[in-house]
Amino acid sequence: MSLVDTRTPTPKYFISGATGDWEMVIGMEVHAQVTSESKLFSGSSTEFGRPPNSNVSFVDAAMPGMLPVINEECVRQAVRTGLGLKAKINKRSLFDRKNYFYPDLPQGYQISQFKDPIVGEGVVKLDLGEDGEVEIGIERLHLEQDAGKSIHDQHPNMSFVDLNRSGVALMEIVSKPDLRSSAEARAYLSKLRTILRYLGTCDGNMEQGSMRADINVSVRRPGGEFGTRCEIKNVNSVRFAGQAIEYEARRQIDILEDGGTIDQETRLFDPKTGETRSMRSKEEAHDYRYFPDPDLLPLEFDDAFIAMLAQDLPELPDEKHDRLIAEYGVTPYDASVLVAERTSVDYFEDVARGRDGKLAANWVINELFGRLSKEGMSVEDSPVSAAQLGSIFDLISQGEISGKIAKDLFEIVWTEGGDPAKLVEERGMKQVSDTGAIEKIVDEIIAGNPDQVEKVREKPGLLGWFVGQVMKQTQGKANPQAVNEILKSKLGI
Amino acid sequence: MSDLTRLSLAALRDGLKAKEFTSVEATDAYLSAIEAANPKLNPYVAVTSDQARDMARASDEKLQKGKGGPLEGVPLGIKDLFATKGAHTQAASHILDHFLPEYESTITQQLWNHGAVMLGKLNMDEFAMGSSNETSYYGPVVNPWRAENSNKDLVPGGSSGGSAAATSAWLCAAATATDTGGSIRQPAAFTGTVGIKPTYGRCSRWGVVAFASSLDQAGPIARTVEDAAIMLQSMSGFDPKDSTSVDLAVPDFAAAVERGVKGVTIGVPKEYRMDGMPAEIEKLWTQGLEWLKAEGATVRDISLPHTKYALPAYYIVAPAEASSNLARYDGVKYGLRKTGKDITDMYEQTRAAGFGREVKRRVMIGTYVLSAGYYDAYYVRAQKVRTLIKRDFEQAFNDGIDAILTPATPSAAFGIADQDMAADPIKMYLNDVFTVTVNMAGLPGIAVPAGKDTNGLPLGLQLIGKPFDEETLFAAGRVIEKANGGGFEPKVWW
Repeated sequence: MSLVDTRTPTPKYFISGATGDWEMVIGMEVHAQVTSESKLFSGSSTEFGRPPNSNVSFVDAAMPGMLPVINEECVRQAVRTGLGLKAKINKRSLFDRKNYFYPDLPQGYQISQFKDPIVGEGVVKLDLGEDGEVEIGIERLHLEQDAGKSIHDQHPNMSFVDLNRSGVALMEIVSKPDLRSSAEARAYLSKLRTILRYLGTCDGNMEQGSMRADINVSVRRPGGEFGTRCEIKNVNSVRFAGQAIEYEARRQIDILEDGGTIDQETRLFDPKTGETRSMRSKEEAHDYRYFPDPDLLPLEFDDAFIAMLAQDLPELPDEKHDRLIAEYGVTPYDASVLVAERTSVDYFEDVARGRDGKLAANWVINELFGRLSKEGMSVEDSPVSAAQLGSIFDLISQGEISGKIAKDLFEIVWTEGGDPAKLVEERGMKQVSDTGAIEKIVDEIIAGNPDQVEKVREKPGLLGWFVGQVMKQTQGKANPQAVNEILKSKLGI
Repeated sequence: MSDLTRLSLAALRDGLKAKEFTSVEATDAYLSAIEAANPKLNPYVAVTSDQARDMARASDEKLQKGKGGPLEGVPLGIKDLFATKGAHTQAASHILDHFLPEYESTITQQLWNHGAVMLGKLNMDEFAMGSSNETSYYGPVVNPWRAENSNKDLVPGGSSGGSAAATSAWLCAAATATDTGGSIRQPAAFTGTVGIKPTYGRCSRWGVVAFASSLDQAGPIARTVEDAAIMLQSMSGFDPKDSTSVDLAVPDFAAAVERGVKGVTIGVPKEYRMDGMPAEIEKLWTQGLEWLKAEGATVRDISLPHTKYALPAYYIVAPAEASSNLARYDGVKYGLRKTGKDITDMYEQTRAAGFGREVKRRVMIGTYVLSAGYYDAYYVRAQKVRTLIKRDFEQAFNDGIDAILTPATPSAAFGIADQDMAADPIKMYLNDVFTVTVNMAGLPGIAVPAGKDTNGLPLGLQLIGKPFDEETLFAAGRVIEKANGGGFEPKVWW
């Protein structure tokens, strides 16, 4: 692969060193576990959290004479992902063997795709807020087997091996070296995860290991030649990715500024120290002896197969983002926040459909998401359903309750549940718009506070005090607009 | 009652159907014969007597009721490369010590479904790597044939030496075998038996321990062409568990045996006329062509120009795949484990102790030709050669050739512990010179006994067919079989 610089250096991202400015160049290889019932080449279950070695077939355990058979659903998932990344789908691809010895690799080789991957070049669009949009190139996506898991802490001088994961399908999604800051890298990972989750091709749960990133980092003078890269292996959170990149770039800059050179090597990030450390040098790198797997035929499908998958593709985050703006009039920022999680945007749309979109966005983002994140909950576990929240909005727009009361009502629904309309009835939360009733209260307040009446005639700004009094008397239920009008006319201001 | 072991598979099958004798009788006859012969010939690495008798009894029950499959009650020997559930399956290697599979290979399962009885597991070259059956961890197999006036032990050929020797010496009605570069046809030729390697994809590889996946193909060794056809019938068929198996209907092979060769065009490749080819091989070849012509075949000279590159290319492709296929024998999961000071040491100790010399040699060759910097020069080039070899054959078939006749081997069986072969592995590899092209092209090939050398040892001819046209091979093979005058039975000395 030839490296092409597609970016214009952005001073904002420069890291200043003792000898001048530096720029990071980052590329990522993301391993995303394919969402599928069974493994890539065997019928074993992929269910997470089963007891060790319970999802293991003869094929997964590499028994003599066992043969792999491709799981077509994994192929469909890879093609769907390719389509979601606006990538070239290769109608003919090959499986190769990557040979190395490790106890959790029963075959002694991993079946992967080396020269001819199933998906070619694509693109991921990043919304960087005020910094605008940037397109990150995808080099390729290929299918491969996951390895098992070695467990070293169960016995004083033996290691245990769990093959539940052995043979589970992974998509390795390789970016071009187009990222230029840890913020971009984080945004890329998040966006990729969002796309995969929309597509339903990977659950994106980094903490469970179903999505992990190998991050290639190098530094250079802004816009200069690419430097020597180091690869940080198996980073399993967006936050760690940011930390690892920051640390690694700084480490490389320090070496270069001291007149040293960067050794191309594989490194590990330690979340405890926030540092990366050397795992193996280029010289220690394996010779994987790739060659086409003779047990498998070339993977071939036709345009109709791709078209069928394309047709059933869900709306993707970028399209949804634009539609939210056009259809509901939400701000681009709010649209970005909403589309980040499919469950969030689905919730939002359930609330906003046929209602005031801007109001819905405001409420969903500020009230609901705010409250959920405070409680450490996700949208799926929200005690207030989209139907309930929608019903609260209906009460506002029908003039039944004020915005302020709506917040109280939200609180009640959150803690106690129930039908908002009924709650308003039962608890007498209805807004008082009856001018007769309000006039009566206003009269009483004017009569009881002659001093204030004097003052407000000189300083109309004090009107708020009267409004407050009325609200106090009506427990906030008076229609604020009616209160204002009546007060102004009675006070003659 | 005459000796049931001497019957052809077809005759045995018919006799069982006609209730002339029982499967238990036939099975016991074979088990006794094995007991007597095995200490001297060594074709069986495991005899599954109890299982054999159980299967025979079950077959007899069916046969009594007039039921049963096409091989009901027929006792067979199974090459140790086939996984047989709960029975010895070690590819004749030390590294698979005590390994007992929990599964049954597709082919053996089909045979049992058709009623066959398993007598035991047959010796072979370790992991099917060899041409003399001398690389087996279980010791060499001795050819039932001896040169006239000689007591010298000869090799039965390999890698399916146990299958060939057991079939030839009446220690099974027929045997399963496998062929990666000639491992069915060369031992068949050395023992006066019939061996067919079908088209790649005809038989499932599932449950057959892999040597070189793109070349490995199972097939039978039998005492007659008809028996081979009957065996292949039951071994063939599409298997969804093997991605390289081909979804094609299996023709009635036995029906093709007596079809004759009228109107068949036989190609004679000039490149197979090797320098220094013994006159008797040359003579045999010519004789074979005459027999075919006499039965109405047309004979035509053809050229397969890339033939000379086949053997070197084969010895790159096969070891390359083998080096990867054998990586799973690492002491971690099953079979032999030698303790080491760390994991790498454990691997090294285990593989050093578990693999024999020839296996190690090929694993090293394979690792070398796949390594960075050599891959293009060796592996990629060898694959290109392979394409050219395939094209040579396609060209011949497109030009109207129906089958190709060649010698099966450059010589008759040689002695055990042959000095020349031991000193130079290439000499051993040259045994496959006429057979490897067929594997490289994925074509079917049959070896049929055709004559004898000056010492009275059997010699075979090979017929190579179009993809999935095993029928023509059986028909043409039968013509040679009928013409060869018989006498392809060893004198019992064991």
